[in-house]
Amino acid sequence: MLLIHCPYCDETLPELEFAYAGEAHIDRPADPASLSDEEWRDYLFIRSNVKGTHAERWRHIHGCARFFNALRDTVSDEFITTYPAGQARPDLTIKEAAE
Amino acid sequence: MSRFRVQGKGRVRHDAPVGFTFDGRAYDGLRGDTVASALLANGVHLMGRSFKYHRPRGPVCAGTEEPNALVGTSRDGGAKGGRFEPNTRATAQELRQGLTVESQNRLPSLKFDVGAVNDRLYMLFSAGFYYKTFMWPRSFWDRVYEPVIRAAAGLGKAPDTVDPDRYASRYLHTDVLVVGAGPAGLTAALAAARSGAEVTLVDEHAEMGGALLSDPGVGIDGMPAWDWIAAQLDELDRLGVRRMTRTTAIGYYHQNMVGLCERLTDHLDTLPDDAPRERMWRVRAGHVVLAQGALEKPLVFDGNDRPGVMLAGAAQTYLNRYGVRVGDLAVVVTSHDSAWHAAFDLADAGTRIAAIVDTRASVRADLTEAAARRGIRVLASHTVTATWGRLRVKSVRVAPVRDGKVQGGYRIDCDCLLMCGGWTPSLHLFSHTKGTLRWDDVQQAFLPDRSVEACQIAGAGRGLWGYEAALRDGIAAGNAAAEALGRDAQDSAVLVANDRTGSGVSHKELPTDGDPNRARAFVDFQNDVTAKDIRLAVREGMRSIEHVKRYTTNGMATDQGKMSNVNGLMIASDAVGKAPPQVGLTTFRPPYTPTTFGTFAGYHRGGQFEVTRKTPIDAWAEAHGAAFEPVSLWRRAWYFPQAGEDMHAAVARECLATRRSVGIFDASTLGKIEVSGPDAVEFMNRMYTNPWTKLGIGRCRYGVLLGEDGYIRDDGVIGRLRDDLFHVTTTTGGAARVLAMMEDYLQTEWPDLDVWLTSTTEQWATVALNGPDARKVLAPLVEGQDMSAEALPHMSVAECTVAGIPARLFRLSFTGELGFEINVPARHGLRLWEALMQAGADYDICPYGTETMHVLRAEKGFIIVGQDTDGTVAPDDANLGWAIGKAKTDFVGMRSLRRPDLVAKGRKQLVGLLTEDGAVRLEEGAQIVADPDQPKPMKMLGHVTSSYSSATLGRSIAMALIEGGRDMDGQIVHVPMPDGVHKARITSTNFYDPEGERLKV
Repeated sequence: MLLIHCPYCDETLPELEFAYAGEAHIDRPADPASLSDEEWRDYLFIRSNVKGTHAERWRHIHGCARFFNALRDTVSDEFITTYPAGQARPDLTIKEAAE
Repeated sequence: MSRFRVQGKGRVRHDAPVGFTFDGRAYDGLRGDTVASALLANGVHLMGRSFKYHRPRGPVCAGTEEPNALVGTSRDGGAKGGRFEPNTRATAQELRQGLTVESQNRLPSLKFDVGAVNDRLYMLFSAGFYYKTFMWPRSFWDRVYEPVIRAAAGLGKAPDTVDPDRYASRYLHTDVLVVGAGPAGLTAALAAARSGAEVTLVDEHAEMGGALLSDPGVGIDGMPAWDWIAAQLDELDRLGVRRMTRTTAIGYYHQNMVGLCERLTDHLDTLPDDAPRERMWRVRAGHVVLAQGALEKPLVFDGNDRPGVMLAGAAQTYLNRYGVRVGDLAVVVTSHDSAWHAAFDLADAGTRIAAIVDTRASVRADLTEAAARRGIRVLASHTVTATWGRLRVKSVRVAPVRDGKVQGGYRIDCDCLLMCGGWTPSLHLFSHTKGTLRWDDVQQAFLPDRSVEACQIAGAGRGLWGYEAALRDGIAAGNAAAEALGRDAQDSAVLVANDRTGSGVSHKELPTDGDPNRARAFVDFQNDVTAKDIRLAVREGMRSIEHVKRYTTNGMATDQGKMSNVNGLMIASDAVGKAPPQVGLTTFRPPYTPTTFGTFAGYHRGGQFEVTRKTPIDAWAEAHGAAFEPVSLWRRAWYFPQAGEDMHAAVARECLATRRSVGIFDASTLGKIEVSGPDAVEFMNRMYTNPWTKLGIGRCRYGVLLGEDGYIRDDGVIGRLRDDLFHVTTTTGGAARVLAMMEDYLQTEWPDLDVWLTSTTEQWATVALNGPDARKVLAPLVEGQDMSAEALPHMSVAECTVAGIPARLFRLSFTGELGFEINVPARHGLRLWEALMQAGADYDICPYGTETMHVLRAEKGFIIVGQDTDGTVAPDDANLGWAIGKAKTDFVGMRSLRRPDLVAKGRKQLVGLLTEDGAVRLEEGAQIVADPDQPKPMKMLGHVTSSYSSATLGRSIAMALIEGGRDMDGQIVHVPMPDGVHKARITSTNFYDPEGERLKV
């Protein structure tokens, strides 16, 4: 069972408190009506399905109930970092250089 | 006392006999025995029949990896009792007074088993036999293969009564978890504990000490091994180390979570009151030390599975730990030095060693000299090519090997054959967390490489051999764990006398001068997989070891390849012509050893399996004889049968009473969400298909919620209480899902909206009153609201008091009758219900349950989301196009309503179905075809979604999703059911009062 850091509660807690909520950084189009069928299909169904570092949404459903984002390695399942919804995806190259 | 028991030897208590039975016969063992050691002490090797060929089998090892000696055990009532356990390893089950043991997979008896005919037909059961033998003829599938062959294969039978035992579970947080209390584990735990770390030490056996329990002649720091163990345990206890025996680490998960199964009562003669049988521990450790040791490998040769053929290390354990000689006359066959020590111990205890057969050309001089001193004949550079003996090995054929060629062989008599093909590190747990392995060419074994967890491996588990090496490695691992936790570690030394170091070589199947195609040289004893099977699998195209495993079943079942994986790999890689690491190793998966379902279930059984949600009115329903049905986690009153009524009669009565006068229904489970805030109406406009801006305060609207894909997700009536306050209702099962969806959009897409969402499902009790007399019952109880049709029209909501309780009073109808839903604070729900029942007495008020609710709504064609829709139904498909705000520019799912597939012709549409014979009620889920005589496979037009007997209409009604159904109004379709094909006519879904006159009261 994974331990997950909630960026709002600032606590690392068991996976049981959290719910997965799909890929992150897919914004709902501001004006869906103006989208072509293909564009709307891409928004609805097309996901990156990466092997490696994946940006995804989680929700601290049995805690503060807020949605946040995480970078997770889909091979090792390791959480690399978590960050509040609305924040840009962290640049890991900068993070690694700082370490 | 049996002549196989060596007086004074072992850790068993020779003064404490323990009686038990095996296949009905009484035996005596000693306190401290396992079932296997006790039977061996009585000269019994035959303990089981093999899975496929029903070959006689005895124990091959002395630990939990045992593949052969699987038995059924019970405490009360034999195979009929709830405490019967099949597939118990006789080598692991501790003996207890009165234990009932029975053998498995034999008919009529262990010594004479008719299933053994399979052994003669072994050619039928070669690798992949599931895919070959069972293919033809077709008529044999049901008449021969399934009932006969499948039944003849297999393990024990599951008990058929409820397990009366309790199972517990706990969490544990610890600095250091040490798995395995052998030499490396003991020193690791001690080193970590001395640094001040909080340490937990677990071992699957009844006592700690590991291999040292089987090697009492070793001296450590000037003490005999067993005294040294006692001294270590003393110090561990003084340092506060949590020591757990009979506790198996079954799985190793992310971030150092380890699952432990602790067995608390299986070894006890009598059960203590209220003690759980087993306890699952979920341990989160700062650091993990794996000190699980190594498992001895069998050698692969013709007849290596006869009772009496066992691992040399096992024989040594039976002797030194249990005081049991496994035979009078032994032949030892080995490719590793360790078996020589076993031979010497047995010789010293009085077993004659007929020969030590070593596959290697040269063996360490000290070993051959020690053999010579004991007068043991040594046959170096020899192989074993066959064994004899039906129920017990009685002789073995050995042959010299020169330049890779097997020379003329000869027979040697024996009553036990002790084999050793080297040792393989136990890396199962390490592999559970994707720790990587590397092949070591010298040791011919996989060793741990990189760990992804905070984890050390110590001792034989990483390929070290000899006690001093293991003890020192344990200290190093314990210190490394301490330092990783930021503690100061001290180095300490350890000195070993009479160490038993050694090395060896690995083999594929042993060379033979016989026909290898006739050799019954077993690789996997439990699954009856032979070397020939593995080679056949490779010849038939299996190249990956994962394919070989599945084709041959090598390494499956309860032992999970603990003994067979590496031998299987050696043979497969030889057949493929690649080095073992290129062929690879199959994946180890939890649990490490077979684990009871009870342990996994823990407290979650019966009433504790999951939450049962009850409404405030549930107690009244129970007291009035309601039948209940589960609806998501809720338990809801289903119908209220009166004396002599079945469900059909009760529902018919409830329906008629409601349409005639008034019915009362507990609707408290309806999901309720309060949407409030300055932007509440904008939020509602974006979430639901309907327009909300112009909905007046005090009015209601039926709302439809879509997913972004355009399909119906939920529905419900929504009331506007204030400009900035909506009372949203959802389906009973959809409440949490809808709230989560709303929160998602609010938090992540529209964080600028000033809106609060609050779940109020359990804050309100909701009572529905329906029927022409509903107002007459309700009005006298209402204060603060004019109840006239003009002041409170259909689809309106008011805040008032009902029966003196503050209420949100809705006028709406899910039945087609005049209807009200009264919401009061949950704690007053029962009082409201009783007040309405009393007020309704003059009108023959009738409580009804969910079944009547379903019938009444179906008579009106109202849908149930999730029953009449299935996640592929768009609003128009369900005749809900009217609920879409035509002037709206966006809402969740709106863009999808123009998707090419959603506007295409031929979509499945919800229609009514009336059977030609009104007495026939269609089955929900039944498929619908246009022509029942068309060739198969038939074109399915759709399926029945709802179907009831309607007492009101005096006939059955149904709804169905049918391709292009609305254009087929009036047409006849056919519904095949088990009792024949029924004709039905497509109609409107509104079966009753289509003009809605009954609402105008």
